[in-house]
Amino acid sequence: MFEKILIANRGEIACRVITTARKMGIKTVAVYSDADKDALHAQIADEAVHIGAAPSAESYLVMERIIQACRDTGAQAVHPGYGFLSENAAFCEALEKEGIAFIGPATYAINSMGDKITSKRLAEKAGVNVIPGYTDVVRDADHAVEISAGIGYPVMLKASAGGGGKGMRIAWDEADCRDGFERATNEARSSFGDERVFIEKFIEEPRHIEIQVMADTHGNIIYLGERECSIQRRHQKVIEEAPSPFLDEATRKAMGEQAVQLATAVQYRSAGTVEFIVDANRNFYFLEMNTRLQVEHPVTELITGQDLVEMMIRVAYGEKLPLKQEDVTLTGWAIETRVYAEDPFRNFLPSIGRLVYYEPPAGKNVRVDTGVYEGGEVSMFYDPMIAKLITYGETREAAIDRMCQALDEYYIQGVQHNISFLNALMVHPRFREGRLSTNFIAEEYPDGFNAAHVPQEDPAKSIVVAACVHRGFTDRAAQLSGQMPGHERVVDDDWVVVVGGGEHHINIVPTADGYRAQLEGTTYDVVTDWVMGQPLFKAVLNGESICFQVARQRIWYHLMHRGAKTDAVVMTPLAAALHAKMPEKVPPDLSKFLLSPMPGLLVKMSVKEGDEVKVGQEVAVIEAMKMENVLRAEQDAVVARVASVVGDSLMVDQVLVEFE
Amino acid sequence: MQEIIRRLDAKRAAARLGGGQKRIDRQHENGKLAARERIELFLDPGSFEEWDMFVEHNCTEFGMDKQKIPGDGVVTGYGTVGGRLVFVFSQDFTVFGGSLSKAHADKICKVMDHAIKVGAPVVGLNDSGGARIQEGVDSLAGYADVFQRNVMASGVIPQISMIMGPCAGGAVYSPSMTDFIFMVKDTSYMFVTGPEVVKTVTHETVTAEELGGAKTHTHKSGVADLAFENDVEALFMLRRLVNFLPANNKEKPPVWPTTDPAERQIPSLDTLVPDDPNKPYDMKELIVKIVDDRNFFELQRDYAANIVIGFGRMEGATVGFVANQPMVLAGCLDIDSSKKAARFVRFCDAFNIPVVTLVDVPGFLPGTAQEYGGIIKHGAKLLYAYAEATVPKITLITRKAYGGAYDVMSSKHLRGDVNLAWPSAEIAVMGPKGAVEIIFRQDMADQEKIDLRTQEYKDRFANPFVAGARGFVDDVILPHSTRKRICRSLAMLKNKTLENPWRKHGNIPL
Repeated sequence: MFEKILIANRGEIACRVITTARKMGIKTVAVYSDADKDALHAQIADEAVHIGAAPSAESYLVMERIIQACRDTGAQAVHPGYGFLSENAAFCEALEKEGIAFIGPATYAINSMGDKITSKRLAEKAGVNVIPGYTDVVRDADHAVEISAGIGYPVMLKASAGGGGKGMRIAWDEADCRDGFERATNEARSSFGDERVFIEKFIEEPRHIEIQVMADTHGNIIYLGERECSIQRRHQKVIEEAPSPFLDEATRKAMGEQAVQLATAVQYRSAGTVEFIVDANRNFYFLEMNTRLQVEHPVTELITGQDLVEMMIRVAYGEKLPLKQEDVTLTGWAIETRVYAEDPFRNFLPSIGRLVYYEPPAGKNVRVDTGVYEGGEVSMFYDPMIAKLITYGETREAAIDRMCQALDEYYIQGVQHNISFLNALMVHPRFREGRLSTNFIAEEYPDGFNAAHVPQEDPAKSIVVAACVHRGFTDRAAQLSGQMPGHERVVDDDWVVVVGGGEHHINIVPTADGYRAQLEGTTYDVVTDWVMGQPLFKAVLNGESICFQVARQRIWYHLMHRGAKTDAVVMTPLAAALHAKMPEKVPPDLSKFLLSPMPGLLVKMSVKEGDEVKVGQEVAVIEAMKMENVLRAEQDAVVARVASVVGDSLMVDQVLVEFE
Repeated sequence: MQEIIRRLDAKRAAARLGGGQKRIDRQHENGKLAARERIELFLDPGSFEEWDMFVEHNCTEFGMDKQKIPGDGVVTGYGTVGGRLVFVFSQDFTVFGGSLSKAHADKICKVMDHAIKVGAPVVGLNDSGGARIQEGVDSLAGYADVFQRNVMASGVIPQISMIMGPCAGGAVYSPSMTDFIFMVKDTSYMFVTGPEVVKTVTHETVTAEELGGAKTHTHKSGVADLAFENDVEALFMLRRLVNFLPANNKEKPPVWPTTDPAERQIPSLDTLVPDDPNKPYDMKELIVKIVDDRNFFELQRDYAANIVIGFGRMEGATVGFVANQPMVLAGCLDIDSSKKAARFVRFCDAFNIPVVTLVDVPGFLPGTAQEYGGIIKHGAKLLYAYAEATVPKITLITRKAYGGAYDVMSSKHLRGDVNLAWPSAEIAVMGPKGAVEIIFRQDMADQEKIDLRTQEYKDRFANPFVAGARGFVDDVILPHSTRKRICRSLAMLKNKTLENPWRKHGNIPL
């Protein structure tokens, strides 16, 4: 076996590979950029080599630096993780020349599958179902319109070299098609340095289901079941699970066999994923093949009991696959959610900064793949994924329930994150029923996500928790020194919880192991060791384990549970009566301003003073995280003032345009 | 006897209604609570002992002898907050607009005298139209009586003002001399002369809100410490503040039991200070992570935000925090931040509250605005306050401590008891760039030489060890052990005694 391998990646995947290598007794070498000097992967590896400046083009993408790091450290093989150089044939060749093993497929497979057009042709030849479309490069916008008319709208424009949703546009008509062609080309150029775009039929109600394959150099190829990754936002996977709630045994087998046929056709080696799009009638079409380890591989690991990274390393060393197709079993259910540093309340804009607090959940059937730690930084230079949270259960329902609980316990402060959104998805009835589609999020949250609108599974729980928390604070204060003897503070047991304009009378008394509450005719026994200052209120409430995230801001308690946000004030009945007399204050009107929703660079200002804008019209374009974000007018208005100029580095909430 | 009791009940009922139900309703419509309602919310339930309910004014001018309302526009007495004694007066806007008569002032003076005598805080809930004009000079005399007591009580018992309505003209000077002023948004304002007079005299058109509303005084003037959304929030938060304060200048700060371990390690602090010396970080993160139970009560959050002040607890006992905030103006000292911190340090010193100072200061803010504004004297206030203070003083330098500002920020030389530094601390007369430009002026043309010199300077001075070698820094500590080190220092200093030489009073550069 290899004695030492280098991981040419960062973040959670670097950490994940290091963990397996360590388990196998292999020494590890991490590489890091300036921005990752204090990153977790660089800390946990046996050795860490600095490879350049923060932008990935000057570090993680520089082959020569990585190869030099191999030479300097004597690493015998390189695991590329995903992204960066993982699907770069030139990198493989360069390694080969140095006699360093690439823990992944051979150059031919990477080359043929890396190009979407070539891969589709190859797939067709190998007997794999493909989507109707035009596989040649589109010349210009007119050509795009002509092709699209031939295929029939809706169509999808995609970057040839693309992945991860970048350079992808859907067109419903000719105007969309022209606009989309331009944007897809631009994004393809800026993201991949390759502006080629192709067009294919856009399938409605589609599900994204992919097959994991694994091959050795002895001609053995197996598939390890499927993963359903239909829950996507802007073509970025958000939730993945294995198995799929949609597939029957026959479809699974058919898809698996086609995946193996394709892998065979390209002499595949190592782990790969064949992605399919599946329609409502379980017709499936080849989408693409990813010639690397997928982000969502852990769900497959949990239901097959296999360590895919270990298999990759063994296969790269020339070992045979440890199991045959008939040995592959799928047991139980696994779900993965991607915890991102993004703001679900601001249209999922990326958020960067310091992880002021970071406490991931732990326990049985919970796996957290992460590359960050409390006090670490989510950098603007890389993908803003904080972690992958994976849970397991005997059934889909059990895995989802475990996920809900784990999300409730996931405490992150400092950057915005999508945990409440993930949890709202987990409790969504349609998700629970398994009626998934890649349009799920767009259909269910057409106006964006608002945690205050997430239905509470049981509002009484929030009320009881708010009362317990308040009692905790109040009882602590009642122990203050210097009280008048004989006239000490006695905390009353009758309180009113004001939430959402409603008043709820509650009687709450401390018990030996927590609190007992009487609320609207029901008794709640709360067993908890929560004390003031703790952000997680963990308790057993009438026999059920609960965890609420609690923040106190002035007199308000902000509670988060199952993706739903509750703001509560707890006060005496007298105070509640007086509080009810207080006027409701209207928040200041910010609609007259267009504010920068994220930090970024102003690349285009489409209006000038005095312009009339119509609702939906483009006002400005901000580039952040290599994505162009178009800001549009929310209502018809006249521009009174343009407050920022192209080239400005913008802060969150910086005024761009003031309307009259 | 029954008859007398009935009469008493009737009199009380009448007095409790103040200016009558109609006016109370009007007060509610204006988003304000009535005087007694406010007291009931502020004090522990049922603890209020009212005095002088039957006091009436004795003015006979302008037909006032025919208009008498028991209590005369202010409700006074004492009660408890968290079981601890507090004196309180609450002006009643429903009675003669809360205007201050001689009798009204006497009632306030009575509770203040008692508060001083027994050593307990006095809290004023202000909601008054101003002087009782009909009484003329009697009303002015009343104000002055209160002012005199404010001064006598200053530094003896905590005095807190909550502005919950108008507070104009001479009336502002009583709150101005109290230790803390809070305001309620949209329903309170404070100014010496109102918008009408301003218009007549200076031809400025300004609303009462712009001239002296809660936002003005918490953001611009710094007169008020905090502003609250409404009366209920304001009074609850006031209770929370009172919990931090000792009852008087002879008592130690109050303590409550805590479950937060004094030895708690905080690994994430090791990455708080960025590598780039020009990159800011949030000093409040440090405060919130080292105090008990993440519980920090910040004062004057929106004014001179380049310095942070407020109360927290360590091992259950109150501690005052003063911290440069690198997020705002790089954390420099200027006129406003010096005044803000100086007054806070003096409050802590007066009331035996230990001061923890967190230092990341690049110096004083340069410029004509500052010099013309008198930064020399204002900056000296903070210097004076620290030098004069005899309470336990613990200082932690997290990053920059440059120039005179290093001396000012509770340095060893100003009798700092325990002065600590993180390894990232840079204690020097100025930053490397500026220093090299002066020391090696002759090499300025040669960039290579200058770079070399800058690096030399950095290696030599941009660290805590030069100060450590002289004992100006007692120890260089690891950031993750900060809470432990400060808790231990505070415990060690618990019985600190230090007295300044006798004098009538010092002469702080006002």
